[in-house]
Parts: sequence; C-alpha cells; structure tokens
Amino acid sequence: MTALETMTVESTRTAILEKQTTASALVDAFYKKIEANDPAIGAYLTLCKDRAHRQAERIDSLADRGDALPPLAGVPIAIKDVLTTKGVRTTAGSKILDNFIAPYTATAVARLEDAGTIVLGKTNCDEFAMGSSNENSGFHPVKNPRDLSRVPGGSSGGSAAVVAAGTAVASLGSDTGGSIRQPGAFCGVVGLKPTYGRVSRYGLIAFASSLDHVGPFGKTVNDVALILQHMAGRDPMDSSSADLPISDYASHIGEPITGLRIGIPKEYFGEGLDPEVRAAVETGIQELAKAGCEIVDISLPHTEYAIPTYYLIATAEASSNLARFDGVRYGLRERGAKTLAEMYRKTRDAGFGTEVKRRIMLGTYALSAGYYDAYYLKAQKVRSLLARDFDEAFAKVDAIVTPTTPTPAFKLGEKADDPLAMYLADIYTVTANLVGVPGITVPCGKSREGLPIGLQILGKHFDEVTVLKTAHVVEHALAASTA
Amino acid sequence: MVSEKDVSYVADLAHLELTAEERVRMLKDLNSILGFIERLNELDTSKVEPMAQVASRYSTKKDGDAFGYAMRADELRPSLPHQEAMQNAPQTDGTFFKVPKVIER
Repeated sequence: MTALETMTVESTRTAILEKQTTASALVDAFYKKIEANDPAIGAYLTLCKDRAHRQAERIDSLADRGDALPPLAGVPIAIKDVLTTKGVRTTAGSKILDNFIAPYTATAVARLEDAGTIVLGKTNCDEFAMGSSNENSGFHPVKNPRDLSRVPGGSSGGSAAVVAAGTAVASLGSDTGGSIRQPGAFCGVVGLKPTYGRVSRYGLIAFASSLDHVGPFGKTVNDVALILQHMAGRDPMDSSSADLPISDYASHIGEPITGLRIGIPKEYFGEGLDPEVRAAVETGIQELAKAGCEIVDISLPHTEYAIPTYYLIATAEASSNLARFDGVRYGLRERGAKTLAEMYRKTRDAGFGTEVKRRIMLGTYALSAGYYDAYYLKAQKVRSLLARDFDEAFAKVDAIVTPTTPTPAFKLGEKADDPLAMYLADIYTVTANLVGVPGITVPCGKSREGLPIGLQILGKHFDEVTVLKTAHVVEHALAASTA
Repeated sequence: MVSEKDVSYVADLAHLELTAEERVRMLKDLNSILGFIERLNELDTSKVEPMAQVASRYSTKKDGDAFGYAMRADELRPSLPHQEAMQNAPQTDGTFFKVPKVIER
C-alpha cells in the first residue's frame, strides 16, 4: 500500500477494489497517523471513530461477499465542522455549540457516505466560518502543515490542512467569501467552490445564505471532480439547489482545451499583489497558452467594490442567521439570568467570539432603521454591478484566471488584530460568491520560502467542467515542470 | 461615524451585552470598517436593481416560474421526532423548552 500522504480518491478506491487493503485497515492507519501528526497542526476537532468503523465494516463486508462496491468505497474523508453529522458533535468552531449533537446529517455528507466514503472526523474552522486564518476558531487555531509558524488560511483551514498533511484523503469545506479557495492556496491543495445551487446547503450551518457554498478539497483536480460528482444536484431540502443535470465531471479531466478563451482581468494583477505570486500565476497562464488557449485581456471594473459589498451583505445575513443562537433550543445557556432577555444576552456574550460579535454588530447596524438604504440596499445594488461585470466578461471568454490570494500564507498573529487587513486576504475570491460562479484554486508553484501559491479559475454558472479541465492543465504542466 | 450610543443601541438589537473593553474595541472597529465601506458611494446606483440572490441570473426557464420546482405538494410528512428535537435543549421539562420568566411583574 502506498504512503497515506500520497493517496488520492482515485488510488484509494483502486486499492480497495483490487483488495490491496481493506477499508477497516485504512481507517486504522489514518487514525494512527492523525494521532501522531494532528496534535501539532490542530486540524481535527472531533474524531468519529465508531461511525468510521461501522462504515468501513459495511464496505469490507460488501467486498468480502463479492458485491458491487459503491463508487467511492473506502475513501477516508474529513468534514468541516459547519456541516451536520447525525449523532456526532457539530460545533461550527464555536463555544456556543460546544456540546451540540446534530440530529440529522447534511445532504452533501449523506450523499458522500452513500457513495462509500468514510467520515474520519470533523475539522476545525473559524467560528461560524468567519475568518481568513483559522485564528477565530473558538477552540484553537490550525497551523499550516507546510510551515507550522503560518496560518492555513480560513475559514476551512482544518479541511485544507488535513489534505495537505495526509490525515484525510479529501475533505469538505464551505466557501462564503473564499473559505475553500484561500486555504486551498495557502496549504497547496486543490479546492473547489461550485456554482451557487450546485450542491445542497441542507445541514450547512448558515453564515450568509445567499453566499454560502459547500465544496471539496483534494490533492488533485480529478479528486475534487469525483467528490463533486457524488454530492451535487437537486435536493428537496434546499429550495435554492438547482434542478439542472450533473456532468460526469471526472470523465472530462484530460480533455484538450485548445481554443478555450481565457480572460485575464487587469484588476486582479494590480497593487497589493505579491511579485512571487504574480510570477507563478503568469507562468500558469503561459502553460494555458501553450495548451492552445487564447489569452484575452479583460476588465472587471467594479472589482475594488467587492470587499465592501461583501462585508455588508455577509454580515447582514449573518446577523439574521445567528439570531437563532439564543440558549433556548440547543447549545450553550449561561446560568443565572433572571429574565429571558438577560439570558439571551449572557448566553450570546459568553458563546460568541470577538469576530462573530463584530460581524453581528456590523450586520445589525447595516439593517437597522435609517441605515438600511445607505448600506444594505446599496450593497445589493453594487452586487448587481459586479454580476454585470461577469456577464460581460463571459460574453467574451470561457473562463477567467487570477491569483487566488494576494500573498502566500501569512504568519500566525500577523493580521489577528486588524480586521480590515484580514478581510483583504479574500480580495480575489469574494466576487465569485457575490455572483455565484464556480471557482477553483490549483497549486501553481511555490515562493522562495517554499510556500504554496494558488491559481484561481472562475467559470460560467454551472460550467464546472471547463473550470476543472482548465485546472487540470495547470496541474499537469506544473507536475511535469517539477518532476 | 458610529457613536458609543449607536454601539449600545445596536448591541441591544442584537441581544449582545458586551463588556466595557469590547465596546471600546467595537466602536473603533465599526468606524474603521464603515469608513472603508464608504467607497461604495462613489458609484451611482440610482438606476440599478438590487440583487438579493444569484439564482435569477442563471435561471434557464423564461416563464417566470423558474423555481416552481422549489415548491412541494402541500402534504403531511414526518418531521424531526419530538424527543430528538429536544435532545440538545439546555433546559426542558420533557415536553417543552424551559426559559427564565418572560413577563416581569
């Protein structure tokens, strides 16, 4: 059996199918590795060993009987702790849900388990997915497996870190403003935010409902394609999930992309972009040109307004979504309050961390009487302008290529006291959430210090196929150049 | 500019108490973030429709009922069993959620 850290979804399912190993042996090996490696990284919050062993035994008994195995049989995965898992602690990285045992399983997770994957555990994240460094976890920060003095990115830092560290083969994250793509870039793994509506949000603890997406992390583009394949599609439990056909995503990987028009938006290559990141992304673009793509200069003129728009819409929606955490039905309740209102305040004060309170305050302010038009409504109008930018761009090109982040992974503590500086870590990723288009980050080189750099590819609504095909060409060229 | 009074008012709306230190920090952070957000006023949006969600932009149906499938038949179906719904409650009498007094005398 190959080393755990090099196993892909593809190689794991082959190993199980060809009986080179069993699902149970694999689960044991992964838990051993987690116990050895994860304490230094802090990526897991909860391990669900019983659930994992039960699922592994189910797969192994199918294999023993010679029955057909499900398509992702025995693939060990990790789930960001914002997705519910029935009977397993689900915290959203928050003290307010420290002891919450989910009464149902999120659709994306249930579909992957039906497809044979094994959930090893729940991964650490910024509290309620609010953050870009994982330092806002209510429990402890996650460290970047590539350099333990640096952040893994956020908010899905734990899910990116387990794939980078080889303590899971693949994982699920959520992306509200870049929370899959930014940590994917920082940890040197592939991370996909599908189109809004492609994957059900049922069981995803809501941060900002019009911006929240569920998506996969993997070591390869093929792996994220396989994971997407088995969780995408209409779900009656999420009325925003789209009733549109799902492609056989992985089957398109490796197809030629000759003649594809790739847009390079000048606004994503301006001030604030680290020169090493720029150079790496430009090398990636050259590889796409060599593969026969037509490189087209484009403009997304409202780009500079994306972060302020995002922080009004996301916080407004969050302030409403997080109203449910009141100490009545689930989660923490602070003792000693004499009235209901006092109980709400004490519970929320004790349960929420600084960044969550800050966003609830900002969102409540933006929605409050007298400010609604100036802030929330204004942001919704600018959101239309951002969407129009993309409509116009996609009339000329098939995909858009940008850096995923302005810099490689920063140091722990570096931006922790400056919320605005932290928000700007998402400058290249938030627009895709506002507009709903799919986006992927794929590793495209390293800085002199050896830190991973990510290249982002954005596509048209529901055109994950083009995004994945293009990402694979970058991945393949890079593997060839470093081999 | 947000004032101390605004911080108190908004904290009240959001059911947050906030310590004295948190209020000082909140005042500073909100003003810094709102100052950054001011740049949206550079844009003339008087003729732009607000966008609350993205689905309408990619809808493939043109009959105005693009999300008809989001509706289901109005029929009874099982919901979360009572006991499971109560299992995470901080305080319950077995049937209802218990909370401190709502009406003060």
